[in-house]
Formats: sequence, C-alpha cells, structure tokens
Amino acid sequence: MKIPEQITRLGMLLAGVLAAVLLLRFVILPADMFSAAPHQAAKAVREMAKPVHYAGMPACRECHADIYDTKSAGGHRYMGCENCHGAAAAHASDPATGNPPLPSEREFCYACHAFDPSRPNGFPQIEPTEHRAGKKCIRCHDPHDPVPPSAPSDCSGCHGVIAKTKATSSHATVECAACHEVPEQHFTSPRAALPTKPAGRESCGQCHGSDATDSGAPRVDLASHGDSYQCWQCHYPHAPEMTR
Amino acid sequence: MNKRDFLKQSILFIPAAGLMQTLARVAAGEDMATAAATSGDYDASQHWYGMGIDVDKCIGCNRCVEACKTENNVPQEPFFFRTWIERYSIHADGEVTVECVSTQPPRGEETPQVDPDVVRSFFVPKLCNQCANPPCVQVCPVGATFQTKDGVVLVDEKRCIGCRYCIQACPYGARYLNPETKTADKCTFCYHRVTEGLQPACVEVCPTQARIFGDFKSEASRLVRFERVNEISVLKPDMNTAPKVRYAKLDGEVR
Ligand code: HEC
Ligand code: HEC
Ligand code: HEC
Ligand code: HEC
Ligand code: HEC
Ligand code: HEC
Ligand code: HEC
Ligand code: HEC
Repeated sequence: MKIPEQITRLGMLLAGVLAAVLLLRFVILPADMFSAAPHQAAKAVREMAKPVHYAGMPACRECHADIYDTKSAGGHRYMGCENCHGAAAAHASDPATGNPPLPSEREFCYACHAFDPSRPNGFPQIEPTEHRAGKKCIRCHDPHDPVPPSAPSDCSGCHGVIAKTKATSSHATVECAACHEVPEQHFTSPRAALPTKPAGRESCGQCHGSDATDSGAPRVDLASHGDSYQCWQCHYPHAPEMTR
Repeated sequence: MNKRDFLKQSILFIPAAGLMQTLARVAAGEDMATAAATSGDYDASQHWYGMGIDVDKCIGCNRCVEACKTENNVPQEPFFFRTWIERYSIHADGEVTVECVSTQPPRGEETPQVDPDVVRSFFVPKLCNQCANPPCVQVCPVGATFQTKDGVVLVDEKRCIGCRYCIQACPYGARYLNPETKTADKCTFCYHRVTEGLQPACVEVCPTQARIFGDFKSEASRLVRFERVNEISVLKPDMNTAPKVRYAKLDGEVR
C-alpha cells in the first residue's frame, strides 16, 4: 500500500520539529539550565549576603574589654552583651551611629528572674512584688556582675518550686536543714559545693522510727515498712503525701 | 506556508537559537559569577552543621525567639516563628499539656503559681531540625527547598510557589508561610552568620548555653563534645528524618 503524500510530508515536518527540539534541549541549551543547582547556589549566596544584626560578643570585646572582663567572672558570664543591649552590629562597626540602649528598668530582668515553676532547679529567681520592690535592680546588682550585696540566706531563691511545694505539705514545719547539710559556699557558687542528701532510711527514721523523739510525726516500723526501698522511692520527701 | 518560507524561517532559527543559548548562559552564569564573588573562600563541603540543646538549662526567657525575629526579619506577630519555646507540664494523672511561651506581653510582676497537680514542668526550645533526610525537600514540586553541602535546608523564595506542601510535610511544624513574601519560610541556622564564623542569633543570646552550635566535621567542637558527654535524643526518631538538632535530657513526653 502506498502512504499518501500528505502523510509523508506531515511525518517529515514532525520529524524535523522533533529533531529541532532535541537539538535545542540537549545540544544548544546548557545542561545547567535544566538543573536546580545554579538556582540553589544563587540562593545560598543571597542567603549569605543577608545583613548581620547581632555582632556577637567577641566584637564588643574589642572596645569594651573592661566590661567584658568584669562580666566573664560573674553570674552573667555566658550571656552575650546583645542579650541586654539589643542587636548592635551597626554600633560595633561604627560607634558614631549611636549608643545601644541601657535596659535599667526592673521589668527588664523579669524575663529571666521572675519566679516560674518551669525554670530549672537551682536557677536564681525572685518574687518581683517582694524582692526590694520599687527599687531598680541595678542599684544593688551590677548587671555585668550581678553578685548580690549579701549572700542569700534562703533556699527559696534558687529552689522556689521545692520550697513552695514543701510549704503546703505535711513537711511544712520540717526545715531543709533537717535533711540536707548545706555548705556555706553553696550560696555563692552553688555548683561548686553541693549540699548532702539523705543517705538512708535512718535519716527519715530520726522522726518517723518507732523510737524517735519527735512527737508530731506519725511512726512506722523501720524494719518492715516499705520493704528495703529507700523511703523517697515511694514518698516525695518535699511533699510526702501518703501513696496507696 | 510553502517550502521556500519554511526554509527561510529555518535559516532565521539558527542565529535565534544561538542568541537564546547566549541568554541562557548569561542567566545561569550571572548566578555562578556572584556565587564565586561573594562566597569568597567559604567551602560548604568542609562543614556539616548541627545544634545541641540542653533541655535542663532552658529558663524559658524567650530571648532566642526575639533575637531570631530581629536577625531574620520574621514577622513580629506571635504566630510566626523560626524558633519557639514550648512549656511542657506533666500532670499527676499522666496528662501532658504543651503551650507555646508567648513573647507578648512581656513578663510582668505577677508570677505563676505552683500547681500541686503538676508533677514536673520544663521548657523545650524548638526549631527546624535541619534533617539530613528532609521530608520537606522531597515533597517540594519545584525544587525550591533544598539542602546545601553543609547540611542546611534552605528555601529559594524566588522559586517557591507557596503551595504549602512542605509546611504539611514537616513533622516538626517548623515552617510557616511568610505573609509578606507568600512563600514558605523557616530557620536557616542563620546561614548568613554561620558562614561568616558567627553563632546563630539564638545561640548568641542564650544566657545559659542551653543552645550550642557547631560543626560535626570539626572534632574539637563543642557540639561534638556535647554529643559525647550527654545522652542524646532527637525529636520523632521514628520518622527517619535524621535531625541535626540534638537534644540532651529530653523527656520522653516531648514530641
Ligand atoms: C569600635 C569600638 C566599639 C565596638 C566594637 C563596640 N563599641 Fe560600644 N561604644 C563604643 C564607644 C566609642 C561608645 C561611646 C562611649 C560614650 O559615649 O561614652 C560606646 C558606647 C556603648 C554603650 C553605651 C554606653 C552609654 O553610656 O550609653 C553600650 C551599651 C555599648 N557601647 C555596647 C556595645 C556592645 C553591646 C557592643 C558589641 C555589639 C559594642 N558596644 C561594640 C565603642 C565600641
Ligand atoms: C544583664 C544584662 C547585661 C549584659 C549581659 C550586659 N550589659 Fe551592659 N549594661 C546593662 C545595664 C542594665 C546597663 C546600665 C547600667 C547603669 O545604668 O548603671 C549597662 C551598661 C553598659 C555600658 C555603659 C555603662 C558602663 O558601665 O560603662 C556599656 C558600655 C555596656 N553596658 C557594655 C556592655 C558590654 C560590652 C557587654 C558584654 C560584654 C554588656 N554590656 C553586657 C546590662 C547588661
Ligand atoms: C536573659 C536572661 C537574663 C537576664 C535578662 C538577666 N539575667 Fe541575671 N542571670 C541569668 C543567668 C543565666 C544567671 C546565672 C544563673 C546560674 O548561675 O545558674 C544569672 C544570675 C543572676 C544573679 C545571681 C548571680 C550570682 O552571682 O549569684 C543575679 C543577682 C542576677 N542574675 C541579677 C540580674 C539582674 C539584676 C538583671 C537585670 C539587669 C538580670 N539578672 C538580667 C540570666 C539573666
Ligand atoms: C536593695 C538592694 C536590691 C535590689 C534593689 C535588688 N536586689 Fe536582688 N538581691 C539583693 C540581696 C541582698 C540578695 C541576696 C538574697 C536576699 O537577701 O534576698 C539578692 C538576691 C538576688 C537574686 C538571687 C536569688 C536569691 O534570692 O538567692 C536574684 C536573682 C536577684 N537578687 C535579682 C534581682 C532583680 C531581678 C532585682 C530587680 C527586680 C533585684 N534583685 C533588686 C539585693 C537587691
Ligand atoms: C544561689 C542559688 C542557690 C541557693 C541559694 C541554694 N541552692 Fe541548692 N542548688 C543550687 C544549684 C545551682 C544546684 C545544682 C542544680 C543542678 O545542677 O541540678 C543546687 C543543688 C542543690 C541540691 C541537690 C544536690 C545534688 O547532689 O543534686 C540540694 C539538696 C540543694 N541544692 C539544697 C539547697 C538548700 C537546702 C538550700 C538552702 C539552705 C539551697 N540549696 C540554696 C543553687 C542554690
Ligand atoms: C524530709 C527531708 C527533706 C527535707 C525537709 C528537704 N529535703 Fe530536699 N531532698 C530530700 C531527699 C531524700 C532528696 C533526694 C530525693 C531523691 O533522690 O529522689 C532531696 C533532694 C533535694 C534536691 C535535689 C533535686 C530533687 O528535686 O531531687 C534539692 C534541690 C532539694 N532536695 C532541696 C531542698 C530544699 C530547698 C529544701 C527546703 C525547702 C528541702 N530540700 C527539704 C529530703 C528532704
Ligand atoms: C525532722 C523530723 C522529720 C523528718 C527528718 C522526716 N519527717 Fe516526715 N513528717 C514529720 C512530721 C512532723 C510529719 C507530720 C506532720 C503532720 O502530720 O502535720 C511528717 C509526715 C510524714 C508523712 C505523712 C504524710 C501524711 O500525709 O500524713 C510521710 C509519708 C513522711 N513524713 C515521710 C517522710 C520521709 C520519707 C522522710 C525522709 C526523707 C521524712 N518524712 C523525714 C517530720 C519529719
Ligand atoms: C514501697 C513503698 C514505700 C516505702 C519504701 C516507704 N513507704 Fe511509707 N508508706 C507507704 C504507703 C503505701 C503508705 C500508706 C499505707 C500504710 O500506712 O501502709 C505509707 C505510709 C507512711 C507513713 C504514714 C503512716 C501513718 O500512720 O500515717 C509514714 C510516716 C511513712 N510511710 C514513712 C515512711 C518512711 C520513714 C519510710 C522509710 C523508712 C517509708 N515510709 C518507706 C509506702 C512506702
């Protein structure tokens, strides 16, 4: 059978177009054009070129070495300068552009130091309405070395949740010191000198054992009560409710 | 069209194609040229960045969230975040409640009460996990989301079509649609800072070193030490995303 003339021509035209497209796609146009790599490289470059707002503590140190040194010895040693003074890259590259703000209001310190039960154990906290109310914090605490003018005498400043929990429990009247021996240094550099923790059942037994002298405490038989487990494996010592 | 016209136009086509080729080269070459010019001697393949988060040190002050917004022009509204802090509360009956710690209004004089029903509560910083095996990259229909050689997942806002597939695909809820550009946006590990040797803004302002940034390819880095001395976990390990944000002292309740 003979293929009609017009079909042959159409076929040739289509073949020609196909050849042109293939030539364009694989020979003439660069392979890059069909790969995402150049766009992605360009994006990475645009990203790298974005302006920096926080200069970083090493930059501040170059001109404010004295403050840097003071700060590195105190409680705020891990804090970047711009944590308190705000983003200051412009100031660091040219101090004539203006001074960063000085956050001297009480409210400024609350973000970190107002009591919050979710903060980690041992973090120093205050009750804003009670702690020297009405006075600026920086009157007594140098923000670059906030060591308190006199050492804290109370455990609640750093163990607020424990102190508050205990205050409403049946151990409200039992002093922390009845169970923990606290070295003086624990108040100034707490991690360097940790208090003791009760070592065994006898510690609770001094009040709860059958031969104990403390009158108010309910008695248990130390030899049998709670098998051989430590008492605080079943009773939370800071709120020793009875478990079933 | 007769044969003569067809041939004439074919002849025209050849220089036209040449022109297109040149244009294409210019378009691609321009990008490459700027790439070479600005990246200087930074070699991305020499780095593999990651972040360590010590949950036990987070005090929930939100400084990282604020600094991130300032550094990266993230909209100030309290529902656009590149990084955010969650408060987890574990209740006596086993119930777990999670809330995002608000940046607004700032903390005032009032202090939260101790809820006797809460057995334990703590803060967990969250951000894009910069997965080594990122689901968001897989779903992007236009190749706008990609991983750089140093392991950071970026979004090309010029290519992004705002389809939100990646926002759906992210198991960590780390992406949002930027209301100004209408494109997907998320944490870049402060790519512009870390490639210059600075810390990401959130790490720079963290007062307790709850966040640590580093390079897995540098053996004497704080990040590598952090991995060595802590029991490390990642969020949603069952998703096989291989996160490069590593958590220490992470409670099993954290999702
Ligand atoms: C190039 C040197 C330089 C660098 C770098 C620099 N500063 Fe300064 N800074 C100055 C000078 C000069 C002043 C002005 C002192 C004055 O007014 O008495 C100043 C003033 C300040 C003040 C205000 C003092 C006041 O009394 O109001 C603050 C706060 C401050 N700098 C913080 C920073 C921080 C934070 C950084 C790091 C991001 C930084 N500076 C980096 C030179 C520098
Ligand atoms: C805890 C927050 C905090 C941090 C961290 C901090 N500052 Fe300050 N800084 C303040 C406050 C508050 C004042 C205002 C003190 C005053 O008014 O007496 C101040 C004052 C200053 C001043 C001007 C007054 C002076 O003492 O000379 C400079 C300069 C300064 N800071 C630089 C720095 C630098 C540099 C760093 C980092 C090394 C830094 N600050 C870290 C809170 C901070
Ligand atoms: C961004 C969080 C943050 C802010 C804001 C902040 N602090 Fe601190 N502060 C800390 C951290 C972290 C420590 C160290 C706690 C530790 O050692 O566990 C600390 C420690 C302290 C201590 C105990 C220091 C010691 O030597 O025992 C005092 C007092 C203190 N800060 C006062 C202030 C005052 C006053 C302000 C306001 C000017 C302030 N802080 C602002 C985070 C902050
Ligand atoms: C009049 C001086 C004074 C002022 C003002 C003051 N403090 Fe104190 N602060 C102290 C003293 C003294 C201590 C030692 C513990 C105590 O006696 O309560 C202390 C302890 C602390 C502690 C350690 C926690 C503890 O109790 O052990 C923190 C944190 C603290 N202050 C933060 C602040 C903040 C934040 C402000 C401002 C809102 C502030 N202080 C205002 C004197 C002051
Ligand atoms: C200046 C803040 C501060 C004060 C005040 C303070 N502590 Fe601590 N305490 C800490 C820190 C920080 C830790 C370590 C927390 C951690 O690493 O988990 C700690 C840990 C402890 C521990 C646990 C020790 C261990 O081996 O785990 C006990 C018990 C303790 N403190 C009891 C007390 C008692 C009792 C008082 C009051 C007499 C007190 N502390 C006052 C900051 C303080
Ligand atoms: C009845 C004895 C008792 C009293 C009173 C007591 N504790 Fe404890 N405390 C313990 C025991 C027991 C542990 C160890 C618990 C454990 O290992 O599970 C402990 C542990 C701690 C810890 C370590 C962290 C933790 O939660 O386990 C801290 C901090 C602490 N106590 C602080 C205090 C403070 C502050 C007070 C006073 C407000 C106080 N304790 C009162 C018995 C007591
Ligand atoms: C200094 C003495 C003292 C010590 C030490 C002491 N307790 Fe107690 N405890 C008491 C007193 C007093 C009460 C009763 C208070 C009341 O009934 O109002 C009490 C009550 C209790 C109760 C009963 C709570 C209830 O709801 O009736 C338990 C359980 C308990 N203590 C456990 C312990 C454990 C565990 C330890 C050791 C970690 C311990 N106690 C150490 C004095 C002490
Ligand atoms: C295995 C868990 C367990 C251990 C360990 C344990 N207890 Fe108990 N304790 C209980 C339970 C359950 C109750 C309430 C039922 C009962 O009276 O037997 C209780 C009750 C008590 C009471 C209240 C008794 C009364 O009559 O009101 C005291 C006081 C007490 N325990 C002290 C201690 C002391 C002190 C120790 C350590 C020597 C200790 N417990 C160890 C489980 C335990």
